[in-house]
Amino acid sequence: MKILVAVKQVAALDEDFEIRADGRDVEADFLLRDLNEWDDYSLEEAMRIKEAATTPVEVVVVCIGPADADEALRKCLAKGADRAIRVWDQAIEGSDPIAIAQLIAAVARREAPEMLFAGVQSSDHAFAATGIATAALLDWPHAAVVTQLSYSPGASSAVFRRELEGGLLHEMQIDCPAVLTIQLGINTPRYASLRSIKQAAAKPIEVLSLAQLGVPDAAVGESGSLSRVRRMYVPQKGRAQMIEGSSEQRAARLAQIIEAFAGGAA
Amino acid sequence: MSGVLIIAEHRRGELRPVTLELVSAAQAGRRAPSDTVAVALIAEAPEALVPSVAVAGVDEIITVQVAARDFEPDTFEAVTHALIQARKPSLVLVPHSIDAFGYAAALAAKNRYGFATDVFRFEYQQDQLLATRGGYGQKVNVEVDFPGKEMVLLAVRANTFKPPEAPASPAISSFAAPAVRARVRSREFIELAASDDVDMTAAEFILAIGRGIGEQGNVEQFRKLAETIGATLGCSRPIADAGWLPKSRQIGQSGKTATACKLYLAMGISGAIQHLAGMKHVSTIVAVNADAGASIFSIARYGIVADIFEIAEALTGHWEKNH
Repeated sequence: MKILVAVKQVAALDEDFEIRADGRDVEADFLLRDLNEWDDYSLEEAMRIKEAATTPVEVVVVCIGPADADEALRKCLAKGADRAIRVWDQAIEGSDPIAIAQLIAAVARREAPEMLFAGVQSSDHAFAATGIATAALLDWPHAAVVTQLSYSPGASSAVFRRELEGGLLHEMQIDCPAVLTIQLGINTPRYASLRSIKQAAAKPIEVLSLAQLGVPDAAVGESGSLSRVRRMYVPQKGRAQMIEGSSEQRAARLAQIIEAFAGGAA
Repeated sequence: MSGVLIIAEHRRGELRPVTLELVSAAQAGRRAPSDTVAVALIAEAPEALVPSVAVAGVDEIITVQVAARDFEPDTFEAVTHALIQARKPSLVLVPHSIDAFGYAAALAAKNRYGFATDVFRFEYQQDQLLATRGGYGQKVNVEVDFPGKEMVLLAVRANTFKPPEAPASPAISSFAAPAVRARVRSREFIELAASDDVDMTAAEFILAIGRGIGEQGNVEQFRKLAETIGATLGCSRPIADAGWLPKSRQIGQSGKTATACKLYLAMGISGAIQHLAGMKHVSTIVAVNADAGASIFSIARYGIVADIFEIAEALTGHWEKNH
């Protein structure tokens, strides 16, 4: 029995950053990389199923990204994932979530897991699309924004709750194998111990090329994508009026604002 | 291919208001004023929802009767696909909502429609559709296009377009749903148990805390501050997920909307889009955050870049001295 967990090495902007010369992304030097927050929760959910199971469960993590994405995979290995797979090729550059889903689906066909988890969305571009698109390409049942899951490894169906707007929960039943996108708060992700971090550094990461997956170049990158970035820019935003001064001066100004509200409300 | 098709969203027998925002979005972003706007009602009893979408800006209401009482992703995907095949719109709009998260990307990936989510602006320039969304935690805007795509599916951000109010009498037609194999089936809705007697939607002055408070032991300082200044204590998602405050105090998309709030003091909240969904409408927002680049400063009226504990302490001190 196997669970595949799709993870992403996300990018956050440094305090100061510059837009690339072609105007279509931020200059890579200004990006701070980390494992996507949502993926911490989907890995944890897979680990809990593994640990509660009476039969062996293998947790495999997959990431589409260049060599520096190994860092995200090592984090997952340190938290207990059994194996890690990374897919990269220069042709993947410029892929949208749908092109990325083609690759995750190709890995899923190769690995044949009984369950596939992905984060609801990534913290950088927040498409909320990759996991569900992967399911479509595999023709698997799928559900998004799962905050509670009852699943016995190998079972033909699972019961889950998805979290709707306003906090309402919707309980559903899904046929397996399935793709579920996992929401923050479904569990409390563990921390990796120093010892396991050290051990993870020595574990192998399987690196696959497009050819090894049997995915043509045209299925990824811009030609495999359903949208194309034309331009990235810093918006002219409303900027807050900044309150300056010592903490006491700022607190006094804050108090004035609160008093003005209290006066208006009275 | 022409015209705009809107997929209505409903829950427990009621239209979700975001559907009407899509009508305004279609009006603003369609290729030409001659492009018609059709709203599809995919429901067990679609006729019951007709009056709620009979508004100005809708040319046609298409009722599609299906077996599922509640949202099921396979049903919405199959029916929307059949509607697109039959009607050949150039643009399909769905809300960027939890339900649409469950099927829109599947529909686009299978049929290779042009596709973008969380779009807050779109327009045609020389017959080419351009859509704008946020990137890198909303710190940049990203303009995307859809080369070679005759049909584009956009998931539009809620609370972006003002819904039309004038009633109208659009044409009504019905469409036969295709056969659906429901691999994901609805069981029941579960209301959030009231773990707390607070009603965040009614609070007029909210002090909301976020990840910036660091650890559970620090909640107490802000609880006291809220009490001192007469605010209702609220929070962003990480605080509720960690169990430091009950879920009923969470403001945002999956929490409560600060409906009655007039003054919102956000401390240690960076301003994730899901949080902003619950409070960005508040007339006076004051943000205190150590990170000058936090997105909350782009919607706040007043901002303080500082250590939140220092400000909390100074405010408590100042208030106790003067009140």
